[in-house]
Amino acid sequence: MKGLKIVVLAKQVPDTRNVGKDAMKADGTVNRAALPAIFNPEDLNALEQALRLKDMIEGTTVHILTMGPGRAAEIIREAMYRGADGGYLLSDRAFAGSDTLATSYALSCALRNLEYDLIICGRQAIDGDTAQVGPQVAEKLRLPQVTYAENIERCENGRLTIKRRLERGIEVVECPMPCVVTVNGSAAECRPRNARFVMKYKYARAAQEVQEAGEDYMQLLNERPYLKLTEWSVNDITCDSNELGLSGSPTKVKNIENVVFQAKEAKVLAPNDADIDAMMKELITNHTIG
Amino acid sequence: MNSVFVYCEIEEGVVADVSLELLTKGRTLANKLGVKLEAVALGHGLQGVEKQIFPYGTDVVWVGDDERLAPYSTLPHAKMLVRLFEREKPQVALMGATSVGRDLGPRVSSFLHSGLTADCTSLEIGDYKDVKSGKEYQNLLYQIRPAFGGNIVATIVNPDCRPQMATVREGVMRKEVLDANYKGEVKRLDVDAWLEDADLVVRIIERHMEKSKVNLKAAPIIVAGGYGVGSKENFNLLYELADVLGAEVGASRAAVDAGFCEHERQIGQTGTTVRPKLYIACGISGQIQHTAGMEESSMVIAINTDPNAPINKFADYVITGDLNVVIPKMIQYYKKNSK
Repeated sequence: MKGLKIVVLAKQVPDTRNVGKDAMKADGTVNRAALPAIFNPEDLNALEQALRLKDMIEGTTVHILTMGPGRAAEIIREAMYRGADGGYLLSDRAFAGSDTLATSYALSCALRNLEYDLIICGRQAIDGDTAQVGPQVAEKLRLPQVTYAENIERCENGRLTIKRRLERGIEVVECPMPCVVTVNGSAAECRPRNARFVMKYKYARAAQEVQEAGEDYMQLLNERPYLKLTEWSVNDITCDSNELGLSGSPTKVKNIENVVFQAKEAKVLAPNDADIDAMMKELITNHTIG
Repeated sequence: MNSVFVYCEIEEGVVADVSLELLTKGRTLANKLGVKLEAVALGHGLQGVEKQIFPYGTDVVWVGDDERLAPYSTLPHAKMLVRLFEREKPQVALMGATSVGRDLGPRVSSFLHSGLTADCTSLEIGDYKDVKSGKEYQNLLYQIRPAFGGNIVATIVNPDCRPQMATVREGVMRKEVLDANYKGEVKRLDVDAWLEDADLVVRIIERHMEKSKVNLKAAPIIVAGGYGVGSKENFNLLYELADVLGAEVGASRAAVDAGFCEHERQIGQTGTTVRPKLYIACGISGQIQHTAGMEESSMVIAINTDPNAPINKFADYVITGDLNVVIPKMIQYYKKNSK
């Protein structure tokens, strides 16, 4: 079988488990600079599915496409340490403030620069939990979609057999390629880094990072051109700029409220026998428990 | 005026609870806007399905009955919906934030270039002024959801694009029959006219649907554990207490993510929303995504080592202490006092 061309859509996300006070800007968008950034967990599950196809079918290539600031190149390297062949960073101020629809539009324009049989990504990102970008990219490219994938079981005759994990059961579907697949967190975990790939790619850099690196690095790059990660700005993709960023986003943030909890009268108890005995008596007396 | 639409999820001829909840909410929104409430029912063998839908105050049920529309598959349902929406131009379209709605919604919103907000916890009607253009909008759908680590609650609007789309999880809105004899109209959709071969390329070759065994929504008492429970083994203590009280065990997302508890027990914005008589929160700090799913509990007991845990603000009883000490005492004194 001919090898597949796989593009993994991945996102560097703020670690929402470690959110600080300055996480939001006044305009209601996220202040990414103030947060620790990680590889979106379900995108790692998607990467693993891609790498398994690469193991299975000779000649298959796996590339990452990510949209974000310069430092998002970190996740391209991370994917390469685990077996991806390379990646593309889509980075431009023009994309700032995008909602899911504008994000999907930008990604779909970048994907038109690439050849692919399969576009695969995590079901959702932990900073938004919307699960919208995968299906929207599929629609923009007029491709069929398979969401909630747990395992790609077979690849035969240009069709994928995919097990889906749904809220109340499972479904096995067959979908022709090219297509978009979104992968659940219940899928196999991503393999760890491979020491050989870490050695090979640890100096891989995207253009914004190259600018910050010194003369010595330029020399290294000349010797090892594979260390150069492709970076695209808005000028490298064919798109309608009105469809990008805030102007391309149908949804607007009307307002943001910081959460203020309303205090209610509570009985404060000590973890001792007398207090707990009294509480259980009360609950039984007022029929809260029977 | 353009209507409020609700996409009804149907499994084996039965309309899902989440859709009935959305119809209830949709009726309220439609009243505020002074428009009709319309429902879309796509599937096969749908004779009489409107009888399940009218009592919630639905004025029109669009029925697409065809074997190609059951079981649910993305492309045929999306095609039917976008063709209908292109023609009828709803101002609001709601669907469940389920594995169906979250698959279908973004596909439809992308095609129509309309905004979609996922997992709303509240929907209201109100006005909006765009700060930049100064343009004022009346009667927009406020799509309200906690966002970003639960530190904020965002109100999202779609000023210019229609329909204004939102998904809502099961159990978040109340389900309430408006009038058992409410009279609506059935309109049939011409499925052949809209479906093409290209919509049928994905084949379902196997399907096993089961009723969820855990029924958190119906449980009068819930013992819920958070990350503070510490381990899967420690959760056994929660099961013991639940067993004694006739309760169901729930968990916060942090506990589920840590592998302490299975996903179907998750309570909160991205899990189940519950309204039990008694909610016992063990080692749960009380992030808003969690409290959004339990704040309507009639009574809350919070057990936490942190005296300042946000969950305490919701509690009727705050027990500051180690749950490994407190829970056995609760079991002990329940047994003693209930005799």
